[in-house]
Amino acid sequence: MAFRAMISSHATQQSKWVPSAGVARQMSSWFGHVEPAAKDPILGVTEAFLADPSPDKVNVGVGAYRDDNGKPVVLECVREAERRIAGNLNMEYLPMGGSSHMIEESLKLAYGEDSDFIKDKRIAAVQALSGTGACRLFADFQKRFLPDSQIYIPVPTWANHHNIWRDARVPQNTFHYYHAETKGLDFSSLMEDIKNAPNGSFFLLHACAHNPTGVDPSEEQWREISHLFKSKNHFPFFDMAYQGFASGDPERDAKAIRIFLDDGHLIGCAQSFAKNMGLYGQRAGCLSILCDNEMEAVAVKSQLQQLGRPMYSNPPVHGALIVSTILGDPELKKLWLQEVKGMADRIIGMRTTLRENLEKLGSPLSWEHITNQIGMFCYSGMSPEQVDRLTNEYHIYMTRNGRISMAGVTTGNVGYLANAIHEVTK
Amino acid sequence: MDEANMRVDRTSKSDSERRLSTLVRHLGASCSPSHTSISTEQFENSKISLSPMAAFGSVFANVVQAPEDPILGVTVAYNKDLSPLKVNLGVGAYRTEEGKPLVLNVVKNAEQSLINDPSRFKEYLPITGLAEFNKLSAKLIFGADSPAIQENRVATVQCLSGTGSLRVGGEFLAKHYHERSIYIPVPTWGNHPKVFMMAGLKPMSYRYYDPSTRGLDFQGLVEDLSAAPEGSIVLLHACAHNPTGVDPTPEQWEQIRQLLRARSLLPFFDSAYQGFASGSLDKDAHSVRLFVADGGELLMAQSYAKNMGLYGERVGALSIVCKSADVAGKVESQLKLVIRPMYSNPPLHGASIVATILRSPELYHEWTVELKAMADRIISMRQELFNALQAKGTPGDWSHIIKQIGMFTFTGLNKEQVAFMTREYHIYMTSDGRISMAGLNSKNLPQLADAIHAAVTTM
Repeated sequence: MAFRAMISSHATQQSKWVPSAGVARQMSSWFGHVEPAAKDPILGVTEAFLADPSPDKVNVGVGAYRDDNGKPVVLECVREAERRIAGNLNMEYLPMGGSSHMIEESLKLAYGEDSDFIKDKRIAAVQALSGTGACRLFADFQKRFLPDSQIYIPVPTWANHHNIWRDARVPQNTFHYYHAETKGLDFSSLMEDIKNAPNGSFFLLHACAHNPTGVDPSEEQWREISHLFKSKNHFPFFDMAYQGFASGDPERDAKAIRIFLDDGHLIGCAQSFAKNMGLYGQRAGCLSILCDNEMEAVAVKSQLQQLGRPMYSNPPVHGALIVSTILGDPELKKLWLQEVKGMADRIIGMRTTLRENLEKLGSPLSWEHITNQIGMFCYSGMSPEQVDRLTNEYHIYMTRNGRISMAGVTTGNVGYLANAIHEVTK
Repeated sequence: MDEANMRVDRTSKSDSERRLSTLVRHLGASCSPSHTSISTEQFENSKISLSPMAAFGSVFANVVQAPEDPILGVTVAYNKDLSPLKVNLGVGAYRTEEGKPLVLNVVKNAEQSLINDPSRFKEYLPITGLAEFNKLSAKLIFGADSPAIQENRVATVQCLSGTGSLRVGGEFLAKHYHERSIYIPVPTWGNHPKVFMMAGLKPMSYRYYDPSTRGLDFQGLVEDLSAAPEGSIVLLHACAHNPTGVDPTPEQWEQIRQLLRARSLLPFFDSAYQGFASGSLDKDAHSVRLFVADGGELLMAQSYAKNMGLYGERVGALSIVCKSADVAGKVESQLKLVIRPMYSNPPLHGASIVATILRSPELYHEWTVELKAMADRIISMRQELFNALQAKGTPGDWSHIIKQIGMFTFTGLNKEQVAFMTREYHIYMTSDGRISMAGLNSKNLPQLADAIHAAVTTM
């Protein structure tokens, strides 16, 4: 045909290559219709903060830890681990499921050092891209193997949870969680929703330090939730992004998970080392699913790997090496436990100070919730309009749901912050 | 069925009773001020009943074990083999003459300087990754003087190596492009179809490799792409085609370009071996730059796994060359929405190493020297293998070994011959006859030559 003739005639021209006139005459872009995407609500806050020239600006937006000077922190145990790793190890591909050493240590942290489930090899676990990656792998796994299932997500939750299960094409429902009047847990509505959900529903639970509210069930409440789950045969999927970071004690922060395990639940768990080891950008995490027996765990793990392969082939090695070096060395692990307690204690201290300051300013409102809540975030109860005022008038940056990242509060800015909050809420 | 019944029996009546009474006890306990709990009567009157499913086990009990990944499975089998003579020619990871993995000196130095920098933190990268890395990566593949870069028409996002770049690009196209079909060469890297299917695209195929010549089936390629519906996506290996090592000539690339542009087919390049194929970064980018120069749009998945030896660090970049800067901006914003629900933001370490190297003229130069050394060693292994088979008088034309380029050679051996070589000579390779030249050295090459000779003359 004419077209082929055109090609062969070109082929005989040996001269210097010149782009053929008219060949790339695409009148317009293929992507001209693409709409600009809305900014991510959380990460967009930091962008705006960075762009602000004011010397008074305060960033209590993104959940990344800051020391009392407002500086990011690299833990000593991490620096030491990196010194040991660099130059000594190669950078070969990890297996599809990730570093087995890292997985082993992650499971001990979540399930308990002496967990029988680990001994009996009943846990299917793969290294994942931090908490996000672990949740996404689970959502994809849920879609593939239980295509009729849905996920129940607490209200409110970390905004990206909705994106993850949506992109995995798993339908979503919500369940009551936060009680706006008390700024605490809406326990009775929560239990109602659990009861009313069809038997065998999948629930997303924050293991500790609920994001964004900081409101956690008490131990007693967790037991009741677990019992109700058991009678409804619901599947509990725990997102644990703050183990150690909430109370300062990783064992205590894993209490909810251990209660469920004691009650015989077969849980799923997403673990992140972003905050508790300060490994944010390294994307170090773990997804685990407790199975009936070893054979099933092998099968499930193999299928989780199949989902990771077409996403990124195998997970990044550097963060995994840091985690396994620290947790695998008793001295380094001890140091880590001290450092994570230090971070948690500073945050708890800032909560106390912020509340005291607001009370001293004579605020008519109750600020009890600041110290009742736990973890990196405080759900202040402020409205979007009040938050906007904080930003526009006081250069204080936070997400518009009124969530304050306590990690961004320091002895240097707590007074300014309290004053500003008082001004916009009085 | 029996197993299910067994499970019920194991969970005896007393177990369920025990659980229920514990539940009642807890729910009947005195209320604490911070929460309401339902009273015993309320509980007994409630609609909670012990679900018949409660006694049974996992909801995933029916999950079957997935088969081994064909490529990574080769290494698994290799590791199990106890023979001291075993040779791993499976996974495409570079090995030195001593058969060892290699961390480039320039990478070691870059890593040390990062670790020794006390001001360096490990905070989250932006969703799109390390900005400097993105700019430098685009320059590397498109050329520093590329008009597309100068006109700000390129949206570049850091991704998890080549795989991650392909997946993010695929998902973006599935969401925003008007065509779902992606034409993939036959054969191709085993993971390509899975990546695109998971992304929501529909893999189709076009002829590429000609077994009779062990070279390019150019006519078949032209026919198949001419028949593809207008607007279809076309996957192109930028250089060092995996698994065949067969690349179009520059003249053929020009013809492919014209064909694609004439039919408005959207090119999606996979560049996993820039610099690794010929030893020259610019030469290996020729095909890509050809397409960019005509002003049209394309997608480009870039990997630093092989050419910087950063395999496990998962470093790569997806670039989308657009018609205008405005479109590129909008495209970038939409790429973020693909990435955020997948892993939020990419890993920091490997990209930092790359940026450290690419931004420094000295380190960059050092890298090109080490890169050329790797490429040269592979080229010399090709020559040696060819010479060895010639010397043995192995039947058949083995010139494709030196004509093909890059890490892999498509030997032309069939499944049975490969199985024979594994069984009798402990040679590990993928069953499609692909060998990773990077796994060869002067010590194990004679064994491979023997194995091929035996396979070809026996089977």
